[in-house]
Amino acid sequence: MVVVGAGMVAHRFAEGMCRRSQHESWSMTVIGDEPDEPYDRVHLSEFFAGRRIDQLALQGGPWRDPRVRLVTGDAAETIDRSARTVTTRSGLVAEYDTLVLATGSWAWTPRTEGTGLRGVFSYRTAADVVGLRDWVAERTEVLGRPLRGAVVGGGVLGLEAAAALQTLGVAPAVVEFADRLMSVQLDDGGGEALRVLITGMGIDVRTSTAATRLGAAPDGAVGTLELSDDTAMPADVVIFSTGIRPRDRLARESGLAIGERGGVVVGPTCRTSDRAVWAIGECASVNGECSGLVAPGNAMADVVVDQLLGGTETYTAAPEGTKLKGVGVDAASFGDVFGLSPGALEVTFADPVARTYRKLVVSDDASTLLGGVFVGDISLYSSLRPLLGRPLGADPSAFLVPEGGGAAPSADLPDDVVVCSCANVSAGTVRAAVTEHGCTSVGDVKACTKAGTVCGSCVPLLTKIVNTTLERTGVTVSTAMCEHFAMPRAELYALVRAQGLRTFTEIVTEHGRGRGCAICKPVVAGILSQLGVGHVLAGDQASLQDTNDRALANLQKDGTYSVIPRIPGGEITPEKLVVLGEVARDFGLYTRITGAQRIAMFGARIDQLPLIWQRLVDAGFESGQAYGKSLRAVKSCVGQAWCRFGVQDSVGMAVRLEMRYRGLRSPHKFKVGVSGCARECAEARGKDVGVIATERGWNVYVGGNGGFTPRHAELLAEDLDDDALVQVIDRFLAYYIRSADRLQRTAPWVAEYTGGMAELRRVLLEDSLGLAAELDAEIARHVDSYADEWRTTLEDPQKLRRFVSFVNAPGEHDPDLAYTAERGQARPARPGEPSHPNPVFARTLDVRS
Amino acid sequence: MSPRTYVCRLADLDPERGVPALVGGEQVAVFRLADDRVVAVQQRDPYSGANVLSRGIVGSVGETPALASPMYKQVWDLTTGECLDPAGKEPIALTVYPVERDGDDVWVLTP
Ligand code: SRM
Ligand SMILES: Cc1cc2nc3c(=O)[nH]c(=O)nc-3n(C[C@H](O)[C@H](O)[C@H](O)COP(=O)(O)OP(=O)(O)OC[C@H]3O[C@@H](n4cnc5c(N)ncnc54)[C@H](O)[C@@H]3O)c2cc1C
Ligand code: SF4
Ligand code: FES
Repeated sequence: MVVVGAGMVAHRFAEGMCRRSQHESWSMTVIGDEPDEPYDRVHLSEFFAGRRIDQLALQGGPWRDPRVRLVTGDAAETIDRSARTVTTRSGLVAEYDTLVLATGSWAWTPRTEGTGLRGVFSYRTAADVVGLRDWVAERTEVLGRPLRGAVVGGGVLGLEAAAALQTLGVAPAVVEFADRLMSVQLDDGGGEALRVLITGMGIDVRTSTAATRLGAAPDGAVGTLELSDDTAMPADVVIFSTGIRPRDRLARESGLAIGERGGVVVGPTCRTSDRAVWAIGECASVNGECSGLVAPGNAMADVVVDQLLGGTETYTAAPEGTKLKGVGVDAASFGDVFGLSPGALEVTFADPVARTYRKLVVSDDASTLLGGVFVGDISLYSSLRPLLGRPLGADPSAFLVPEGGGAAPSADLPDDVVVCSCANVSAGTVRAAVTEHGCTSVGDVKACTKAGTVCGSCVPLLTKIVNTTLERTGVTVSTAMCEHFAMPRAELYALVRAQGLRTFTEIVTEHGRGRGCAICKPVVAGILSQLGVGHVLAGDQASLQDTNDRALANLQKDGTYSVIPRIPGGEITPEKLVVLGEVARDFGLYTRITGAQRIAMFGARIDQLPLIWQRLVDAGFESGQAYGKSLRAVKSCVGQAWCRFGVQDSVGMAVRLEMRYRGLRSPHKFKVGVSGCARECAEARGKDVGVIATERGWNVYVGGNGGFTPRHAELLAEDLDDDALVQVIDRFLAYYIRSADRLQRTAPWVAEYTGGMAELRRVLLEDSLGLAAELDAEIARHVDSYADEWRTTLEDPQKLRRFVSFVNAPGEHDPDLAYTAERGQARPARPGEPSHPNPVFARTLDVRS
Repeated sequence: MSPRTYVCRLADLDPERGVPALVGGEQVAVFRLADDRVVAVQQRDPYSGANVLSRGIVGSVGETPALASPMYKQVWDLTTGECLDPAGKEPIALTVYPVERDGDDVWVLTP
């Protein structure tokens, strides 16, 4: 066998041959003209996030099979079909019985004047992205200022390229010929919603505009982009993303049938007009169409493997969906996006405030799903796309209203519905993985079926199906925490508490096996802390702590930390503000007001943390536990003291609550809010515990959440006086700490509490379980034993020992840290930017254009 | 470049808690396992590019001592560097550095 082209689909083909024919003897030569081993083109943009090209190489091992010979950096130049040979540029002649063409596409560029200038790129290959990065670095140095860039083409790839330019520190504009972005996949409403979101990212969007000419800067590199509206924009780097064309030259010259719009014509078996030659991937034309996605190519590769091994599988083009990725903005669509099917109805929901747009296209009787468009919130995309062409099972509008996600179809999809379109895995296959192949977790099913392993958008649906199937087959969905503990957190908590166990080794010997992992060790650390077993960095506990707790600070992307002192109730004296300013200035820390009414300073090296905290502790600050699964902040409004509507002292209550629960470890972090009246300026109902003042006292709400799945807290008790309020919150928190699962916030805990709020009220307010005295005592013990974690750390040389850059080179520190300036502060530098290892100096690097 | 660099004494290492070291100009993460074996791998987390692996959690996968990255929680075999759980990414192995014990002294070799 000879395979021409060594891209994604060639890899899939070779991998399939090796896997499905392990013992037969055959040989295969794969010829690719790119210098690298076949790599994951779909994730090419991750290069800009620091992944090297060799790290993007496709795994799975066919290149290590002795039957396969991979030739890279050499192009196939001619095919002699009568002699059955392929000749390459370097003169290699490869004989074949079977020839597979997998030459993919090339990036088409319009014949605009100036596309040959330096600084003009396509966005298709490893060479493109490497060239782009090097150019941006070189050009920034030559021009001595941040670059401006332009992307011609506002499709999915163009937007991905624009986001990549931003990652490189280039200010990008996107020029699109059509009247909207992603014009092939989005309707007018969706395109407009996307424009708003993309513009909001700082990307300049010009639609209904064509690029007419590229102008050169004085030194001959690209400098401007001229547009059809007779304006010109400065552009130090230009990327063309104006479509792809199948690479069919070789096939054409060897006399194979070529489609009208290009591409090697193949039938359902992926055979070309020559029985010995097959074509797969983007270079193949099926019913006159070439695909531009990897999933159809993979399906074709699977078909050819099957055919060559004597099977009868055939390829039918499945409807494609598209999802924008790598941009930081969500947009996706599938099926009949424009409602062109006869009689099609469109149901649209647009929320300009939440910046979301959703549309379903259904048949004239509103029963069959024909298509969907989602911008801003694409949570419905993965669950609805599999239903394309099938009954929707509910009124379409039920899916679209804000809280309507609940109506989304879940685990009961028919067997033949494709759940994961990337890997082409159906609901039936997923169920069979559980019922026939013994998979007992989503991870197993992923490994077994490959579902969910490409773009990841189907994972929520996959999880539902796997769990429901497990339950139905009588396997109780495993509540094991991990391979080391076969029980959920609450059970382990009860055991540790009852037996008075004190170290991880005791606990794992008694109730688990092995040496633990990143799941169970932090859980055990939390339990020990909740039971009052000393400082989090004392003795064996130190090695159990998760990333942030082990440094008593939050890890940042470059390995440095943030420092967030407690600012109870958001109240801070001018003197303390000055101290924060001085510390941040002296250590060059990036400083901002956080989303929770506190001040965070970012960029502290591990060896600087004790020095910084010494100054903060001396000035009367204490740890804010922004790193812990514990109380974060108590947010409050200014309240009765100043506000003309306030009916209670909200700041006073917030400070009281914050001082009471500070440092209290729990299954997940928890947050509290206190508002001085029903106007609710503190957004208390978005917190785990929300307190709202009334004329007669306080109302307390529980189980609220911001974050990924927002939920309003529900009323637990009304019109409480100060002490009664504190007691109710004590009990709520202590009860949650006992019984919640690991990393379960109060919102899902309350929502899933058997018996609901009514039952919870009975337990907490009427003491129906007789637990109240214990719960009260647990919080009282916490309050009595509280000590600031940072102060106690600073007092103990044993704990401080670990805050070093290198144990054998005191004074040295991580030489890879590099900072640059932005808006007068330091931040980690991106490749190619002017940078300095010291953030204090980096602040002076600010170069303005 | 010295082929062998002194890191610290065994007593300076807490079981299952890593320390960072500079070895011939390279950043290395050194770990003392529960059974007092000492192992060393690269300090750079290949997924985030940050030099943080000494701050990961040490535990076990089956019988194998394993390290979880503090950044995105990929898991490696601490004795071979093999990536045991790439957390949805392509597996990338770690460089393992030979460790020598000289009485109580721990040395790391640059390969
Ligand atoms: C610093 C801060 C953003 C900022 O610059 O404003 C922040 C930063 C992080 N948040 Fe947050 N969150 C911050 C306020 C919030 C808020 C707003 C608030 O607290 O009022 C929310 C929504 C409210 C809520 O939690 O219900 C919030 C919802 C989250 C979530 C989603 C939680 C959820 O239940 O869905 C996570 C992820 C998690 O915890 O698993 C998260 C996780 C994180 C982490 C810890 C991510 C991480 O693992 O590194 C970030 C730590 C960075 C750091 O170095 O501190 N952050 N985060 C805010 C710190 C507030 C503080 O003073 O302590
Ligand atoms: C930045 C980017 C993001 C993408 N994102 C997605 C996405 O999210 N989802 C999705 O489904 N798809 C995405 N794609 C498209 C996806 O990468 C392609 O569909 C897929 O790579 C097609 O595989 P292929 O093997 O047919 O072609 P390719 O991967 O292009 O492989 C063809 C190979 O053959 C080589 N070749 C061609 N002619 C010859 C010759 N004569 N001799 C030797 N070698 C030759 C080419 O150089 C190339 O290496 C993206 C593409 C890019 C560029
Ligand atoms: S939303 Fe929170 S977790 Fe996400 S980037 Fe912002 S600070 Fe980080
Ligand atoms: S749909 Fe992309 S991984 Fe499943």
